[in-house]
Amino acid sequence: MGVRVQQAPFDIGAELAGFAAGRTDVGAVVSFTGIVRDDTNSLRHMVIEHYPGMTEKAIAGIEAKAVARWHLSESLVIHRHGPLAPGEQIMMVATAAPHRADAFAAAEFLMDYLKSRAPFWKQEVRADGAEWVAARDEDEDALKRW
Amino acid sequence: MIDVMYFAWVRERIGVPKEQIETGAVTVADLVAELRAREDRYAAAFADISALRVALDQELADFDAPLAGVREVAFFPPMTGG
Repeated sequence: MGVRVQQAPFDIGAELAGFAAGRTDVGAVVSFTGIVRDDTNSLRHMVIEHYPGMTEKAIAGIEAKAVARWHLSESLVIHRHGPLAPGEQIMMVATAAPHRADAFAAAEFLMDYLKSRAPFWKQEVRADGAEWVAARDEDEDALKRW
Repeated sequence: MIDVMYFAWVRERIGVPKEQIETGAVTVADLVAELRAREDRYAAAFADISALRVALDQELADFDAPLAGVREVAFFPPMTGG
């Protein structure tokens, strides 16, 4: 189980190449990458604030729940903070399991919980000012399926 | 003395990321009531408690949770990670 909270970019290819490498019990690796999106071509950058200390603990707790629920061999969460330009990577999740169903389900579970239970806050900065992104009811509702 | 931290727009409204507060509040809700009565900037930040979340010693908690033994309280809007 890995947790990294960092300002620096990460290399998805290198991360996945090293992820669960050498393990012969792994039959499936699933990964998700979140990217700064600009629907209106007006976003200067996104600023991600977090709560150092609690962030790492909250993510580790979410990973522990996933491990208790699915047959997982390994998991990794990398989440960035600070100012990020459109097109930059925000975060990635990777799961490794003997079978793909567990790897897919655990990756979705991790994403749903990271959205609403890990202490990050997104702010969008445009030419006319900065605005905090409001949490969406759908994101809270998504937790109910688990 | 208790460390109180604020994040995102709560931090902006109050104007500081962190402060130490001398309080006799028994629960989080009592602390919020004390802060609200202090100054307008706190009243503005805590106007609608349903728009806020609280963590006690870095674990999510409810507003009726007791503060006994707690060293660090954090107030923030609903999280938007991922």
